[in-house]
Amino acid sequence: MLNLHHASVAYKNEVVVDNVSINLLAGQIGCLLGPSGCGKTSILRAIAGFERLSSGSLALRDTVVSDTHVMVPAEARKVGVVFQDYALFPHLTVAENITFGLHQQQKALKQQRMLELLKLVGLFGYENRRPHELSGGQQQRVALARAMAPKPDLLLLDEPFSSLDAELRDDLAKDIRSILKHENTTALMVTHDQHEAFAMADLIGVMSAGQIFQWSNAYSLYHKPVNKFVASFIGDGVFLKAQAQPHNMIESDLGEFELSSEYSFKVGSRLEFLVRPDDVIHDDSSNTLAKVVSRSFQGSHILYELELQVESKQIVLCLALSHHDHRVDEMFGIRLDIEHLIVFTTDI
Amino acid sequence: MSQFQWSSPWIWGIGFSSLILAMPTGLVFASFIYPQFDVWQHLFNTVLSDYVFNSLCLAFGVGALVILIGTPLAWCISRYDFVGRKHLQWLVLLPMSMPAYIIAYTYTGMLDFAGPTQSWLRSQFNWEYGDYYFPEIRSLTGAILMLALVLYPYVYLLARTAFNEQPRSLEDTAKSLGVSSYTYWFKVVLPLARPAILMGTALAMMEAFADYGTVQYFGVSTFTTGIFRTWFGLNNGMAAAQLAAMLTGFVILLLFVEYFSRRKVKYYFQSQVAKTKQRVKLNNGAGLVVFVLCFIPVILGFLLPFVQLMNWAIDTFHEQFNQSFLKLAWNSFILASIASMVAVSIALLFGYGKRLNQFKFIQVLVGMVSLGYAVPGTVIAIGALISLSWLDLRLNEVTESLFNISVGLVLSGSLFSLILVYSSRFLAVALHNIETGLARIKPSMDDAARSLGYKPILILKTIHIPLLKTSVLSALLLVFVDVLKELPATLILRPFNFNTLSIKAFELASDERLADAALPALAIVLVGVLPVILLTKIIDKPVHD
Repeated sequence: MLNLHHASVAYKNEVVVDNVSINLLAGQIGCLLGPSGCGKTSILRAIAGFERLSSGSLALRDTVVSDTHVMVPAEARKVGVVFQDYALFPHLTVAENITFGLHQQQKALKQQRMLELLKLVGLFGYENRRPHELSGGQQQRVALARAMAPKPDLLLLDEPFSSLDAELRDDLAKDIRSILKHENTTALMVTHDQHEAFAMADLIGVMSAGQIFQWSNAYSLYHKPVNKFVASFIGDGVFLKAQAQPHNMIESDLGEFELSSEYSFKVGSRLEFLVRPDDVIHDDSSNTLAKVVSRSFQGSHILYELELQVESKQIVLCLALSHHDHRVDEMFGIRLDIEHLIVFTTDI
Repeated sequence: MSQFQWSSPWIWGIGFSSLILAMPTGLVFASFIYPQFDVWQHLFNTVLSDYVFNSLCLAFGVGALVILIGTPLAWCISRYDFVGRKHLQWLVLLPMSMPAYIIAYTYTGMLDFAGPTQSWLRSQFNWEYGDYYFPEIRSLTGAILMLALVLYPYVYLLARTAFNEQPRSLEDTAKSLGVSSYTYWFKVVLPLARPAILMGTALAMMEAFADYGTVQYFGVSTFTTGIFRTWFGLNNGMAAAQLAAMLTGFVILLLFVEYFSRRKVKYYFQSQVAKTKQRVKLNNGAGLVVFVLCFIPVILGFLLPFVQLMNWAIDTFHEQFNQSFLKLAWNSFILASIASMVAVSIALLFGYGKRLNQFKFIQVLVGMVSLGYAVPGTVIAIGALISLSWLDLRLNEVTESLFNISVGLVLSGSLFSLILVYSSRFLAVALHNIETGLARIKPSMDDAARSLGYKPILILKTIHIPLLKTSVLSALLLVFVDVLKELPATLILRPFNFNTLSIKAFELASDERLADAALPALAIVLVGVLPVILLTKIIDKPVHD
């Protein structure tokens, strides 16, 4: 459905999107995840038709709509957009906003589609209100309904939850995912919040500095990050230093581990491996002691920041069940339990 | 940010209009390349010190008085709740509809030796001429009073907003820190409102510097009357322009005050979403006292002169309401309509140009040209007359050599010159409204409409025109009324035998035919009430309660 092929976007001479490729099949929900200023919104604007590509190509439904020669205008692309500020038309009612994109259809059809969408987004009975009479979450759902009304080939959502309360976000993300799936809409969302990305998307692209580092599902991003940026951007965790040993083993402050066969390092290379908080197990029988630096109570669990009692004084995070209640400066035994080691070399 | 493109039609459109609008004022400053030493020597030895002294006294006197009237008024209305407060909110704006020269001659009629006040006093106490002291209204003090009575709403409006927007949390914080309400007022309330008050004062002082009608009528020598005298008395246009440049120098100083205050206002009141303080309810006795006090400026600045004008107008209606009055009204209407449409069209060009092209060049240009509101009408008119006469001469040379005909004073002697001066002076009013309107149309709305299949021309029709309609209408109305009231530039530039309501009112009053002047004056005041109603509608919208 969406096929972005080696695309770049540049303003003046500054490249903000650099050689990016994305594929979405019909009905899939994709997400671009990255810190602000990484170029994710520029990709969205290029797909919508508000920006030109400086190289590469963009195809929708297997038809090229933008490359260095072709530029199908935004109004002819059949791409819906939900804007960060919603961009609802203040002089129109909810119903008029939703049917705005249906201007070429018959009145009865318009009405029918409008009511269908109002029901879908849970705003039935609000059709004669004006945008300023709605709450933020309601405005957002009107914006969604308006963008979906003409049944676009592709729906783009630009930071759709950024102006909403934290509690609202999770619920709304789930609601919107089920609305999109109900209409079998192909969608691409942009966000800086990984929880939103996980709640909404089938496929996620982690971006930084105009590039997509990894385009895969949430599980792979968390458990098989391709580089250090993805590993540190997704989820919590620290990198522990290690050194390559013979027989594909590595040695670290927390013991020796065997690497899977996909890795092969020269003996003696300096390495780092990813340790997630749930990889560090509270174990009173362990000889490896660590001192509590800080703690944050999270209900069922406590997240400890621990200092290893070795020369390097490295810090690890440990997610322990909350009945393992230790104060700052206390020590307890830990053990590492990692199913699949993620290792990066620090040699250049 | 897009790249600067010489090919962009916006650049040409905006550049060209800015050049024309800025030409008169620019020329006034350029006049110094022809120094007029002998005239200046003469002025310096005779009247220049009067001009400077009187103009400064007038401006600072008006400045002080508008603060004294406007600030307490704003404070009472924004912080206390009493019977009649709601109506007082807009009643106190009514004096804005009174041009200063009209209120000046109305008061003269009421307070002169032969006027009703002194006559009544004499008959009451059996006084004769010379038996008693009565203050002379036709004086510098009188002019200060007259101007302050109609200009205090500037301070009131800005101070009121500033007081209204002070969040409740500030006072709660101060209380929790053990600060008395007296200390709080002087340490927090006043400093926070000071930039807004200063801004309003600066605007009122600019108007005072620009005033011609009042001081001329009262016989006070200021820069503006001096410019007229130097031009038409000494017949020296260059020296008049140089005087005008000097006057503009004073105004530029005020412009700086206003600019820095405006920046502070923005800084103090950014993103204050906090609740504003609940008004303190006054009991009936105290409420009545406050109401009466707040009502005094309305009586003096509007009701009293309005009733007097009505009286005169009714007395003279049968002889004054005739063909020539209708002709005057029609002239004024046509002139104000054309000027407001031109000014609003230019404002639309500038507004959209700024929105669509983020070039620094355009932003600076638009910013510069919209400073015209600060330049006195006399100054712009002098500049326009000199520059357009010069252009007319060149134009006639060309047509005479090419076609052997002279086209006459097509620019300086026609309505063109007036329209140019009005556009230059009132562009800011129009632009402010248009930009406020455009700000409501977020760029993402254009994008949203396009993504829903709308072509640009259709977006203009379905989104921009409906959303901008009210802004455009209010811009038209405001410029219309300003043009209607404008006096000095119209006096200088009107075509031969072309009279307007304001000119007729001023001329009749200057001829001591006060009662006869009432009908045209009343017409101006009544139309002037329209924007006050509009303003009331805007400020009546709830802030964030």
